[in-house]
Amino acid sequence: MTALLPRRGLAQILALIVILAVDRVVSPQFFDLRLQDGRLFGSLIDVLNRGTPVALLSLGMVLVIATRGIDLSVGAVMAISGAIAASLADSHGLPVVLAAALGAGLVCGLWNGFLVSVLGMQPIVATLILMVAGRGIAQLITEGRIVTFSSPDLVWLGNGSILGVPVPVAIALGMLILTGAVVRGSALGLLIEATGGNARASELAGVGTRAMILAVYVWCGVCAALAGVIAAADIMGADANNAGLWLELDAILAVVIGGTSLFGGRFSLVLAVLGALIIQTMNTGILLSGYPPEFNLLVKAVVVLAVLLLQSPKLSGFSGVVARLRRAKA
Amino acid sequence: MKGLPPVLITAIVLVLGFALCAVQFPNIASTRVVGNLLTDNAFLGIVATGMTFVIISGGIDLSVGSVIGFTTVFVALAIERWGVPPLVAFVAILVLSAGFGAAMGAVIHVFDLPPFIVTLAGMFLARGASFLLSTESVPITAPIYSTVSDFALRLPGGGRLTAIAIIMLAIVIGGALLLTLTRFGANVYALGGNRVAANLMGVAVGRMTVRIYMLSSLLAGIAGIVFSFYTSAGYSLSAVGVELDTIAAVVIGGTLLTGGQGSVIGTFLGVLIQGLIQTYINFDGTLSSWWTKIATGVLLFAFIALQQALVALARRPVAKSAGAAS
Repeated sequence: MTALLPRRGLAQILALIVILAVDRVVSPQFFDLRLQDGRLFGSLIDVLNRGTPVALLSLGMVLVIATRGIDLSVGAVMAISGAIAASLADSHGLPVVLAAALGAGLVCGLWNGFLVSVLGMQPIVATLILMVAGRGIAQLITEGRIVTFSSPDLVWLGNGSILGVPVPVAIALGMLILTGAVVRGSALGLLIEATGGNARASELAGVGTRAMILAVYVWCGVCAALAGVIAAADIMGADANNAGLWLELDAILAVVIGGTSLFGGRFSLVLAVLGALIIQTMNTGILLSGYPPEFNLLVKAVVVLAVLLLQSPKLSGFSGVVARLRRAKA
Repeated sequence: MKGLPPVLITAIVLVLGFALCAVQFPNIASTRVVGNLLTDNAFLGIVATGMTFVIISGGIDLSVGSVIGFTTVFVALAIERWGVPPLVAFVAILVLSAGFGAAMGAVIHVFDLPPFIVTLAGMFLARGASFLLSTESVPITAPIYSTVSDFALRLPGGGRLTAIAIIMLAIVIGGALLLTLTRFGANVYALGGNRVAANLMGVAVGRMTVRIYMLSSLLAGIAGIVFSFYTSAGYSLSAVGVELDTIAAVVIGGTLLTGGQGSVIGTFLGVLIQGLIQTYINFDGTLSSWWTKIATGVLLFAFIALQQALVALARRPVAKSAGAAS
């Protein structure tokens, strides 16, 4: 096994490099960067910028999946927080807007976490409730309209730049570092992995599994709310019908591409974000190549299947046999 | 705890809901409205019947909405552009969708992968394929379509039981019989109850998995044909998100999402409850359609919480007797 997959993450990095190379072939200016009005522009920056919502979602999702859970409601939470941010933006200051939007995400996460950890519901079912109802709630907030706003503070969140780097990218990077520091800088990450590996054994060993599960869903809700605010700021409006639509699937896909097993027990934050970037690089590549964007779905389906087969317990058993045969020969 | 109580509760909710609606809008209590309810939800009832089998067996099928979309586009193009006789096109698409489901079932079993993610890939694949066929709505003008749309049994009170509603009712009854009376149905329950135990008792787990997903996709294909009758068109974006409505109907119908328990009749009642909410909102006129989603979410929560409570109740005596033994 070790002979075939030397280090975790190598496969993902290689995949990203291959896709980048393909993009370079499709569009010769792909790697061009230029500085304009104190902000970097170019296809690469575009990939980072557009990949931000899914990257943020995958940061929360990867922790949830590590506990053997799943959160289907993140797209709906994005719609709710975006709707709140857009309706408050022109009447309140940025701190109030952010607090309200992120607070909504926190409440959504608490609700999901409560259903899963306290009531003991299956995660797919528990989060399905908010996935169905959440978009309705968002439409209730926007009263079925597309709410637009012009608050420069909020627009800056989606379109501004810090030291040439677009603000969304900086926020995603900050969240990655923050999550990484909290989860990997302490034993928290280990406890989350223990919860996903075997909840009962961890409980007996003294891990507060219920608190862990509640915490990861809350974090997932907050990350989704942040993604929703950024998505709303990007288009200067909130569309309750389409904001974050199907992004939960992209986020799960990013986590799976990042090598985190859906059976829980281990996770990698950096690789999940890398997975989000891989998805976005493919999307951008297809757009640049001039193929209709409909090809996205087919390409994604093929990628999911390929990654799944690589992760399959049966196949890794097979490659283990191959590795053993090779060793025997050598 | 043997399946009946959740179905009864679903039935009571439906009857109570219908009574409440009828009190507020007396016109709802007519065969005309009921006939429309069945017609409007015909495709949902068909696809939910298949989903019931999948969920009772402990799996999930996210690809059904995309399969419906693909079917409508395929049928429309085959009849209108490629000049294929409608019946041949129907057979072709049913074979295709059954094969698609069988392939997903095979991947789930052979590679031991979670059904959730395999059928997610299937959902992308089928939707992407329907985009490739056509991104525009293709109207169907074949004579069989107007014949089928015009056909209806007159009900007393002016209601019409349309052909697609009859197809749906036939499939629901057939599905209920298949699930309760045949060895196949018993095996579906066994798989959902405990896969390992089922295997040890001699259930061919692999073959069953393939057949269950094949059945679900086949019914999704039929639902797609019914959907094309309903709209007289094929559109690659049709039935987006139907998988969620379907799963919600199955859960509201009292089927346990962990598998092992449930019934087709319950699912049918769940479909009717969703249709009733939609009808109520149409009658009211001032409520917006997004209330459907919120109401469905609330119902989902209520039913899942109820199931959870029932499961907890069922476990309690076991825990007590274990305590007494020790």
